[in-house]
Amino acid sequence: MIVSYTNRRAGLALPANIGRSMSPTAANPHVSHPGSLLSIHDISLEQISSLLALANDLEAMPHRERMGRLDGRKVALLFYESSTRTRTSFELAAKSLGAMTTLVSDKSSSIEKGESLHDTGVTLRALGAEAIILRSNYSGAPEVLARCTGLPVLNAGDGMHEHPSQALLDLRTMLKRLGLSESLTANTLNGVTVAITGDVRHSRVARSNAMLLPRLGARVILCGPPELCPVEALSVTPGVEIERDFEKALSQATVAMMLRIQRERLAGLDIDTGEYIAGYQLNAERLARTAPKVLVMHPGPMVRGLEIDSAVADGPQSAIEEQVTHGLAIRMALLDRALRPETNA
Amino acid sequence: MSTILLRGGCIVDPASGVNECGDVFIKGGVVTQVNYSGRAGELDTLAKDTDAKVIDCTGLTIAPGLIDMHVHLREPGQTHKETIATGTSAAAAGGVTTVVAMPNTVPVTDTVDWLRFVQSPERGASARVLAMPAATVGSMGGELTDYAALAAAGAVGFTDDGKPVLADSMMEHALIAAARLGLPISQHAEDTRMTVGASMNFGPVAFRLGLRGMPIEAESSIVDRDIALLEKIEREHKLKPHLHVQHVSTAKALGSIRAAKQRGLHVTCEVAPHHIAFTDEAIAGDEAQRSRRYDTHFKMNPPLRAASDRDACIAAILDGTVDVIATDHAPHAEHEKNVEFERAPNGITGLETALGASLRILHGEHGMSLMKVLALFTSAPAQKFRLRELGHDVGRIAVGSPADLVVFNAATEWSYDVTTTRSKSKNTPFQGAPMLGRIAVTLVDGVVRFTA
Repeated sequence: MIVSYTNRRAGLALPANIGRSMSPTAANPHVSHPGSLLSIHDISLEQISSLLALANDLEAMPHRERMGRLDGRKVALLFYESSTRTRTSFELAAKSLGAMTTLVSDKSSSIEKGESLHDTGVTLRALGAEAIILRSNYSGAPEVLARCTGLPVLNAGDGMHEHPSQALLDLRTMLKRLGLSESLTANTLNGVTVAITGDVRHSRVARSNAMLLPRLGARVILCGPPELCPVEALSVTPGVEIERDFEKALSQATVAMMLRIQRERLAGLDIDTGEYIAGYQLNAERLARTAPKVLVMHPGPMVRGLEIDSAVADGPQSAIEEQVTHGLAIRMALLDRALRPETNA
Repeated sequence: MSTILLRGGCIVDPASGVNECGDVFIKGGVVTQVNYSGRAGELDTLAKDTDAKVIDCTGLTIAPGLIDMHVHLREPGQTHKETIATGTSAAAAGGVTTVVAMPNTVPVTDTVDWLRFVQSPERGASARVLAMPAATVGSMGGELTDYAALAAAGAVGFTDDGKPVLADSMMEHALIAAARLGLPISQHAEDTRMTVGASMNFGPVAFRLGLRGMPIEAESSIVDRDIALLEKIEREHKLKPHLHVQHVSTAKALGSIRAAKQRGLHVTCEVAPHHIAFTDEAIAGDEAQRSRRYDTHFKMNPPLRAASDRDACIAAILDGTVDVIATDHAPHAEHEKNVEFERAPNGITGLETALGASLRILHGEHGMSLMKVLALFTSAPAQKFRLRELGHDVGRIAVGSPADLVVFNAATEWSYDVTTTRSKSKNTPFQGAPMLGRIAVTLVDGVVRFTA
């Protein structure tokens, strides 16, 4: 079936209540598309359950059938920040559903000439993009793009704010490894403690995970020195805790999620590497002594020898490679949801 | 010149304390007769004899036109955002008849020539335009401007607004030089060394949103430093410098100002309507505040603060610590605001919403009398900035004074609709916000400049 671009857009019935109570003059009058994922707040447990089921289905689907899901659809990847995992997995996810992708990055586009996010988004839409995957160094940028274009926008990381697809792939990793049901409830992760350790302050992964996991009943411990894990972090979700002593956090954890120190965002903050390693590195000795069963995760990129050592990263407790693989499945499901709203209501 | 009779309104004049119904007669741009007998129509014969235009003010309040000590008119240089003509037209729509233009124009208003340009009749202003030129050349903080010449050309104070005068010695020199002329230094209190890369209030909301925050100490430390300078100058130079702290937004800075006033130092301060109307939660998207997530119409500097600071601003208005309400009207074009939050310029428009929002919050919600709220906009700025001594007889209703007047219905509840704005820009957080007190007519120099 050939569906014209215009018809397809007209066919997207926006829920009438979205945005109605909000200021129509706020930076842009448009509302966000229901297939968007801008923040992990925007997706209900029920929707996540469907998404996880969809990820399973798509993964199991024969190649030919899967290629028909988004056959010929156009997906733009708009990347204002460098990325290996996220960009490649979104791109491969789109392609394995049959979609066409185009990559626009700040290094090789009119963004370098100062074109605004608004104009870039509208241009991509005019070229036929039906969904945009955005990575930006500015927190909240996906909101602007979603309002400007009216297209489904998938947040692939915005500044220090959120990385919702990462939180979803992390969840899938945990559920599979811990053997838990993927039909989510508020109790799914009861008894599971997740220690998120390292540069919480600058981490969008930490924020999205800390916002999502307590909704499923998990206990979340944030761990790091005050300059990387400030008390304001407690506001991310009611109930999260801060523990400065890494080994205390580790000994209580079911999952140890390690974070890289984001040198590019430190803005003058000086971290003593030796001290940090002594206090917070997840190494084989520490793991064996304090958490011999903990599931080790890391969103990447890792700085081996700093927050984690190779023996742990490559060891049997590590799920780091699986996280990447789950990323592909989750991103296929997110794209399918974004571009086939009629079948993923 | 034309004659006008404002017939049968309730005259509220904070300068004289008058709160009576009656008539105001205007001839040749000035108020020539005021009747507050409580009965309307005493001046009807006079009106008939002079063929005056009669404006029925039944049920309406007649007050002195408002004075806004803090307005960005963007001219010269940024006339795509606002011009002196459009900004003062918006002022008139908001009942504001005198604006004090800030100097962060392009180029910076730091010379007598540019000050004259801003105040020239050729700009087509609909309201009285006073100005505070730059405290330092180019507002760069390196060298004082020519205070004596600027004062002679009409400056009502000096400021580098948008930036602080950061260096201690420069601020000390500025306060001394202004004190010798009897003029204030109006300070944008922000230690910019503490706000690098920051785009909203520091705290839990900023953390959640992944935005770098401006700590309250960035404001209070400069206020404390400036107050210490006042004490030093009084001690060492036997001068009494006047420090005016612009747009105070924190309980901490208000506490310092309150204490300094008690010690007899010459400190005044202003609070902006948005700082008593909104909190930093708005930036997370808050239906109650009619905001979206990362709504750049809620981005200004100083930023919206926590509820406790907002409440402290209200309390400081109620207890008299705050001298005046000023808008910090800061227009920006739609394309400038429709960007990522951190990239958006600071500032919101405010001239048309100042009275309605202030009356709603202070009079409607906190029981402050209409007279007292109006004083913050009229008699207080006129007195505290010695405007009459500087040749500007504004902020009062008196026979022989220019007829700068606002007529409004103090009981009308309405919602602001920015699509009707007279400003060139629409960057307001007050879209759809409840207002109390609807303006019917604004007169400047006896000329009707706004009619609802």
